Amino acid sequence: MNAIVERALGAMGSGPLPWLILTIACYLAAVWLYRRCGQQPWLIPVFTAVPVVVTVLLLTDTPYATYQQGTAWLSLLVGPATVALALPLYAQRERIRQLWRPIAVALAMGCVVALVSAMGIAWLFGASMESMVSLAPKSATIPIALPLAERFGGLPSLAAVAVAITGIAGTIVAPLILRALRCTDPAVEGFALGLTAHAIGTARSIQINPTAGAFSALAMGLNGVATAVAMPLLMALL
Amino acid sequence: MLQALLVLFIFQWLGQMLVTALGIPFPGALAGTLLLLIALLWRRNLPSWLEQTGLFLLQNMMLLFIPTIAGVMLHFDRLSREWLPFLLSCIVGAALTLVATALTFKWMMARERARHGAAAQEEQP
Repeated sequence: MNAIVERALGAMGSGPLPWLILTIACYLAAVWLYRRCGQQPWLIPVFTAVPVVVTVLLLTDTPYATYQQGTAWLSLLVGPATVALALPLYAQRERIRQLWRPIAVALAMGCVVALVSAMGIAWLFGASMESMVSLAPKSATIPIALPLAERFGGLPSLAAVAVAITGIAGTIVAPLILRALRCTDPAVEGFALGLTAHAIGTARSIQINPTAGAFSALAMGLNGVATAVAMPLLMALL
Repeated sequence: MLQALLVLFIFQWLGQMLVTALGIPFPGALAGTLLLLIALLWRRNLPSWLEQTGLFLLQNMMLLFIPTIAGVMLHFDRLSREWLPFLLSCIVGAALTLVATALTFKWMMARERARHGAAAQEEQP
């Protein structure tokens, strides 16, 4: 009997299942907490679930690579979820067509402010060049930010951290800032949040309202392209 | 649901092929978003089976990011050395970007409205 229990415990940490179970369970608990507390922005599910996951990995001495392999199935679904952003865009096609001028000007402004503020603040506080370049594309989505950072001498995995912190921080401060600026139009809220906080901001915007979700998805896509165009120009100036 | 997943995977795949063919540093999945949008605009119809699965994925997108973001544990060393510029750049930079984008958008929308208002008045003599 003891031998059977021992063997069962020995198999506990093997294969992808423990990591899938850990991630989905932490996410569901985080979503429950988020809803329970009236969807407070500082309780967005990634912000509460990731520290728990990382703590479990550290306590069990699990290398990140093992966890990454175990949850590859979830990461694979980021692709079709990104493609599905076409659905809110399609639903809001009329509004987007009407507002193309504000969209274009706000995009240009937001993209430049994101790049310059990221590098400027890092430089002001004495970050290394490597860190500065890794921080620069932080408002673009991960698949755009990583190759951009790498091309100009940054570290792709550090850029991923910058992108994630920016997404979480932007999503947390957005309701306060937008309320202070008296921006109550869901189109404005969604666009500003999607441009600043890419997919994490968009994930939250979709929960707020479908118009905010569509403008957020639009801003995220457009700012990805704009960052890929603007960053080489900015680096040439430096 | 399987039908919808199949369609979404196919568009992602087409998007990847498109960006590879063009040789541009643009994420394949986002190119897939554009291709699906073009297809929907062309068909002028969103099938309900696609909408259901698509919205389910979008509602739970944060779950899908947890594995990537947990990669922060690889960078505890550098973050403990450069945490101040790093955090300030991310947080203050995000706040500045939000303010600049929201104000520009709001200001442009007010301008548009004023322009449309003026145009409407001209039409009515």
